Amino acid sequence: MLRIEKLTKAFGQNVAVDAANVEVDKPQMIGIIGRSGAGKSTLLRMLNRLTDHTSGAIHFEGQEITALKGAAKREWQSQCAMIFQQFNLVPRMDVVSNVLHGTLNRRSTLATLFNLYPTEDIHRAIDILDRLGIAEHAPKRAEALSGGQQQRVAIARALMQNPRIILADEPIASLDPMNAQVVMQALRRIHEEDGRMVIANLHTLDTARRYCDRVIGMRAGRIVFDADPSKLTTSMAREIYGAGAEFSESATSTEIETLDATEKAKMEAEAYV
Amino acid sequence: MAETTASPRDLGGIHDDYMALTRQKRLYSLVLLIIFIALMVAGFSVAGGRNAGSFWGGIDNFFDYPSELVIEASGKLSEFPDHFVTFFPALIETVNIAAAATLLGALAAIFLSLLSTRGMARFPMLIPVFRRIMDISRAIPEIVVALVLIFILGGGPVPAMIAIAIHTAGALGKLFSEVNENADLKPVDGLASVGATWGQKMFLGVVPQVAPNWLSYALLRFEINVRASAILGFVGAGGLGYELKNAISWGQGRYDEAAAIFLLLFLTIVVIDQTSSHYRDRLTHGSKSERR
Repeated sequence: MLRIEKLTKAFGQNVAVDAANVEVDKPQMIGIIGRSGAGKSTLLRMLNRLTDHTSGAIHFEGQEITALKGAAKREWQSQCAMIFQQFNLVPRMDVVSNVLHGTLNRRSTLATLFNLYPTEDIHRAIDILDRLGIAEHAPKRAEALSGGQQQRVAIARALMQNPRIILADEPIASLDPMNAQVVMQALRRIHEEDGRMVIANLHTLDTARRYCDRVIGMRAGRIVFDADPSKLTTSMAREIYGAGAEFSESATSTEIETLDATEKAKMEAEAYV
Repeated sequence: MAETTASPRDLGGIHDDYMALTRQKRLYSLVLLIIFIALMVAGFSVAGGRNAGSFWGGIDNFFDYPSELVIEASGKLSEFPDHFVTFFPALIETVNIAAAATLLGALAAIFLSLLSTRGMARFPMLIPVFRRIMDISRAIPEIVVALVLIFILGGGPVPAMIAIAIHTAGALGKLFSEVNENADLKPVDGLASVGATWGQKMFLGVVPQVAPNWLSYALLRFEINVRASAILGFVGAGGLGYELKNAISWGQGRYDEAAAIFLLLFLTIVVIDQTSSHYRDRLTHGSKSERR
């Protein structure tokens, strides 16, 4: 399905992504982990063609994505939705308009300028919002919503595109644990119910473990780990993050249960002493 | 997943409400479009009725003068370097008028803008007064001020300089005060807490935040003023405008000189633009050595 071959991106002297090879043969939920600056975002942005690559190639079902130009490139972008850390909605427009932006590739500029979307598209947008549990916010301005709600609007925009792939660049990094859970569960449900491929950059290991079928670890632009989450041992994680023995997964966790579990373990340990 | 599985309650209601909202928005867009078209049609028909000739009848001749100028000037390309040398002193005079006017006008604009911005003004009661002063100095065309001053002071660069400075003070004052409104007032509070005077608060707390924008507006104004001072030359203020007035009149066979003057003006604007973006960049981001 998706094949990434020796994909490289260099910014001057800095190599952000260094000869990355990834092969995906069926729709999976893939988590990419690594410390900041490891090249995770650049990899996703190259997949969406927001950033141009330096060398290598991306193929999707026989089509060379990296060679597309102009209208063909925008056509690919409409099939390959992107979700951003900072949501990247238009703050002063209402929620439904933001969701309808998912159809821009299919509509003429003039029709969208005058807000002439077909009625069935508008109804579909509201249905998608309802699926994500925020239909009652439909007429509000996007800026009036909380972070978690805005991220769900962004997911609704992505679903409105009816995409083959959903890319999520740190979708939960600016959310509190409760909202992070809602957003990750929404992404997982989209993967399971619609059978869409989801590739997400994640900054916590336990999120990757809990929601993903496959985990890719990046370090300094290189892919150093690519397997299912059960193979992701603590020593492997230390290698991906370049950390020493002081690295502890639960210290960075955003899961409510993990924190409880550590507390409990600590208390039990103390009880034995 | 309590939040994501909303009950199907009233989804039809949300559909209908939003469709009603959309229809209302489309109606507004349609009304605006009709007003726009009506204004365009009305404007054109009024202008067409007042014109001595007809607009569409005369538009064919629109390029006659420029093409004649270009054809005649390109026949005498070899004389251009000579013209540049001849007109260079006049250019210096024009740029001088513009520079002095911009400096004086910008200084006045700084004080006017600080005195007329809410939250910063020294005398909040007098904000409307300073605003009206700026309005007045913007409203009077600089050519009128220049003509009056030439009548009083006699011809020459000083009346032009004063006229342009007055207009600049009003125009820049308004732009500066809009920049000031977006400045963060927390540093001003910080300085007030150590007992700073109004001048200290403004020049140490506000100016560092707004200086890059001020500079870029001032340099844009400098460009406009170069052109304005060239125009004032037409009414006897000296400089490039005086030479241009003599060269550009139809049928004297001096279009090569006019073209050379236009080229000089264009090059001056390019130089100002390039310098302005360079220094603005340095002011916002720091010089290269200061960067990481």
